[in-house]
Amino acid sequence: MIQSLAVVKKSERLSDGIYSVWFDTEIARSARPGQFVMVNTHSDAHLLGRPISISDIRKEAGQLRLVFRTVGYGSGELSEAKIGDKFEIMGPLGNGFPLDEVAPETKVLLMGGGIGAPPLLGVANKLKKLGVESVSAVLGYRGEAGGLFLAEDFKKFSNVYIATDDGSSGTHGTVVDAVKENDIQADVIFACGPMPMLSAIKKLAAEKGIKAYISLEERMACGVGACLGCVVKTKKVDAHSHVNNSRICTEGPVFEAEEVEI
Amino acid sequence: MNTQVEICGVKFKNPVMDASGTFGSGIEYSEMVDLNRLGAIVTKGVANVPWEGNPTPRVTETPSGMMNAIGLQNPGIDVFIERDLKFLEGYDTNVIVNVCGRSVEDYVEVVERLGEEKKVSMLEINVSCPNVKHGGIAFGTDPHALEEITRAVKAKAKQPVIMKLSPNVTSISDMAKAAEAAGADAISLINTLTAMKIDIYRRKFALANKTGGLSGPAIRPVAVRMVYEASHTVKIPVIGMGGIASAEDAVEFLMAGASAVAVGMYNFHRSSAMIDCIDGIEEFMKKTGIQDINEIIGCVG
Ligand SMILES: Cc1cc2nc3c(=O)[nH]c(=O)nc-3n(C[C@H](O)[C@H](O)[C@H](O)COP(=O)(O)OP(=O)(O)OC[C@H]3O[C@@H](n4cnc5c(N)ncnc54)[C@H](O)[C@@H]3O)c2cc1C
Ligand SMILES: Cc1cc2nc3c(=O)[nH]c(=O)nc-3n(C[C@H](O)[C@H](O)[C@H](O)COP(=O)(O)O)c2cc1C
Ligand code: FES
Repeated sequence: MIQSLAVVKKSERLSDGIYSVWFDTEIARSARPGQFVMVNTHSDAHLLGRPISISDIRKEAGQLRLVFRTVGYGSGELSEAKIGDKFEIMGPLGNGFPLDEVAPETKVLLMGGGIGAPPLLGVANKLKKLGVESVSAVLGYRGEAGGLFLAEDFKKFSNVYIATDDGSSGTHGTVVDAVKENDIQADVIFACGPMPMLSAIKKLAAEKGIKAYISLEERMACGVGACLGCVVKTKKVDAHSHVNNSRICTEGPVFEAEEVEI
Repeated sequence: MNTQVEICGVKFKNPVMDASGTFGSGIEYSEMVDLNRLGAIVTKGVANVPWEGNPTPRVTETPSGMMNAIGLQNPGIDVFIERDLKFLEGYDTNVIVNVCGRSVEDYVEVVERLGEEKKVSMLEINVSCPNVKHGGIAFGTDPHALEEITRAVKAKAKQPVIMKLSPNVTSISDMAKAAEAAGADAISLINTLTAMKIDIYRRKFALANKTGGLSGPAIRPVAVRMVYEASHTVKIPVIGMGGIASAEDAVEFLMAGASAVAVGMYNFHRSSAMIDCIDGIEEFMKKTGIQDINEIIGCVG
């Protein structure tokens, strides 16, 4: 875990309000899919780091890709990043997806909603490297007009299914609807996206009796487990906190769905 | 050049420490920060039993600062001694344990448990947390309640006692006097200022607790004023904090009358914040020809 200045290597707009930035940073060398970084703004008025998931990793080159939606000040500043610009970044943070436990014959289902899709790209990439053959990615978007960002990139590593809110592409409905419509079979689910989607996936996984790992979000101040700002209620007493609370930034952001109260 | 300060007989290699709750037990930042360089490590508030804390959201950004309503989540004193204190034994720095409770008995129980712990240099009694319904700030805003709890803690404490004061009072001098009269060995201030933020699009409070404690550079001028008033009212040493982000800020608190300073939420922004302060204070001393840091403590006014 380090905090240092990262240099913008490439910056592009993927679709409406969705941007991708590649950084040159030492953090890449120890980063794993599903981990995140805290990105500082350049403003003295905005002092908390912005948690952003690592979307893709080039370990040898020492490069990280962040894909994000513009929401407010920090993401706005980042969307204007130009090659050579420097941002103070801390990471890698959190646990990441448990990919080393995935055997090559495992049927893996990736479920990403909106800006939750990009972090799964690094997962798909890594699974391919691990020789996992059956990987399906179900990606949810608002609609074709808003852009099916990264769907093409996912095709390099997985079978891609699309769900859109407005039915303009793929299944008309949610990612869970798409899984049902296409009768996709899986041994394990890795998911990232908005809370209602994650709740639905938790239910789906319980119904089908499969394990689901979901990546959670919460407001963060430190990102390293010190402030206790980012907790989620847990079924069991947490080994660190000794209450029914886990720190999303440290014990997470990836949790087994049945372990957390969402 | 001397950067060492002494508070209640405890020697600090430099006057810089973290503010409770912003640095965990040091473990969390130990990969990035050399804990041996710090004047002291002040741990997150610990109670006699584990506390769940408040619902989320617990933190939110505000202009040049943040608000928090963690609600003093902590694993309880048993786990703290077994795990956190054991970890800190490996480091060459003072350990100040921040204590919280819902009743006088709760506080005293924790203080007694820590009595035999050699690694604990001082106790800091948090009577000023705005985010818990019972205890906490109730003791910190009423001078009589403050005196009562200070006496009870002092009667059992084996280490020097720092009473941590709330800024949410009309007269900080009265509170400082009450703590001193009841036997406190030192005081620290300021804790966070009670604040509120509303998300106008969702028509909801930004924090689940509705109110939260404001900290960060936004509160610094308030903190400097209070440290000045308190340190010019009492004879016991004052540890100053509130929005410190740089060596210049730290020096400002020392000149206002603080014998040592603590860096709080700025640690979240930059993990090297305290190390930068320590190095920067030395540079400031060189640049302005100060031989001994003690020369500047309370030099203004
Ligand atoms: C572990 C984790 C991973 C994330 N990964 C991504 C990602 O890959 N791509 C992406 O677009 N977004 C991601 N988010 C959400 C992202 O953190 C917010 O969109 C971002 O912080 C907004 O910052 P802002 O300055 O633009 O917005 P502002 O509204 O100006 O931010 C104000 C404050 O609120 C915080 N905040 C606002 N929205 C969120 C949110 N949804 N979650 C947490 N904090 C928030 C900010 O960090 C900041 O402290 C992630 C969040 C978490 C917790
Ligand atoms: C997230 C957070 C948690 C805190 N927890 C505690 C605590 O447990 N005990 C305590 O006495 N003060 C606590 N404080 C208050 C700080 O120690 C400090 O007094 C205050 O934040 C002002 O300093 P700052 O502006 O540098 O942050 C906390 C502050 C923050 C931001
Ligand atoms: S953000 Fe501070 S504990 Fe997770």
